[in-house]
Amino acid sequence: MATKPKLFYFRGRGRMESIRWLLAAAGVEFEEEFIETTEQYEKLQKDGRLLFGQVPMIEIDGMVLAQTRAILSYLAAKYDLYGKDLKETVRINMYTDGTLDLMLMIALAAFKPPAEKEQDLALVVKRAKTRYFPAFEKILKDHGEDFLVGNKFSWADIQLLEAILMVEELDASVLSDFSLLKAFKTRISNIPTIKKFLQPGSQRQPPPDSHYVKVVRSILHF
Amino acid sequence: MAGKPKLHYFNGRGRMETIRWLLAAAGVEFDEQYIESKEDLKKLKSDGWLLFQQVPMVEIDGMKLVQVRAILNYFATKYNLYGKDVKERALIDMYCEGTMDLNETIMVLPFKPADVKEKELAEILEKASTRYFPAYEKVLKEHGQDFLVGKQLSRADVQLLETILMVEELNAGILSTFPLLKTFKARISNIPTIKKFLQPGSPRKPPLDAKEAAEVIKIFH
Repeated sequence: MATKPKLFYFRGRGRMESIRWLLAAAGVEFEEEFIETTEQYEKLQKDGRLLFGQVPMIEIDGMVLAQTRAILSYLAAKYDLYGKDLKETVRINMYTDGTLDLMLMIALAAFKPPAEKEQDLALVVKRAKTRYFPAFEKILKDHGEDFLVGNKFSWADIQLLEAILMVEELDASVLSDFSLLKAFKTRISNIPTIKKFLQPGSQRQPPPDSHYVKVVRSILHF
Repeated sequence: MAGKPKLHYFNGRGRMETIRWLLAAAGVEFDEQYIESKEDLKKLKSDGWLLFQQVPMVEIDGMKLVQVRAILNYFATKYNLYGKDVKERALIDMYCEGTMDLNETIMVLPFKPADVKEKELAEILEKASTRYFPAYEKVLKEHGQDFLVGKQLSRADVQLLETILMVEELNAGILSTFPLLKTFKARISNIPTIKKFLQPGSPRKPPLDAKEAAEVIKIFH
């Protein structure tokens, strides 16, 4: 029997959240070790389990994998969420690279001083409304299908939903001009594994708060 | 007959250089259309050619691909530089993400204000010599093979060579404590397609100087 994947990260979203979403959407149970002290982090580094001394890290299938995108690509392929051929895969990569860019802006903003943070988050909402969401609305409009790529649920759909919900936390009205994304959001949220992940008690993490920022800053020394 | 890839970017390394390296290593000829003015960029956007209003963009196989990693993944797969199975691919991805993180910090250096440049440069060299190069040295030491992953050239080797050369431009002696990376560098540089790319007159771009950086800022901001 295969052991469950084990995630190593801080107790919060950061760069690990997209990985949690992907595993949850694929219906894969996973364990987590939350890094809460410098000692824990340094032990992981000294034990040589962090290739570049960094987290996210995941133990899966006898491997110790680091780097968010490497992990996401591996999981997407493993759980058949990566398209049926190279042309579908490249579209999924384009779309997920875009949503990941947007979500990383949000993750990094948490660590900025208040005025800069506000500016950065305003830019996120602007980018969502003028760059990313129009692109995805058009994709859905042009093919008229339920999913972003190949008429089949993929990693691209999971990450877009994740990004939509994160931006809505900043501006609840952000989808007001995007009727197809509204319907997409409802549809993908209702997929049983995702619906379960969106309920209280799941492994989904809340937005970063001051405690999270404090812990990460003290461990990563910045 | 399949058309050549066509790269859309400014005439400089930036985020397109890793793509040039990969295509060159694969022995694939490509065309480039340089963005030389704000108007050039505006036209690409208004023609609807840039999915997220950004470059790099590459025209290939009837598609207009954007996002560096998506483009690299596509070409690595197409030209068999992505390992033989999903596990090799995962290792390759992990190693490539490391080089890309380091490249990113080098790429933005010419655009930094003068008063922080020196500090940033020191940080780049520190990360190269304490975080990244030791990791790759260890990978090579542990398996004792010629290539980073498996028994054949992959994009991880190409990207690591690219990064090594870029860091050496900032500090020529950076590999002095990494003997396996030194021989790796020599070995990969001698692969015919790569050797060709390293010669004058190839599509390889030089580093950006301060004046050119200012020109790029004018186009993109």
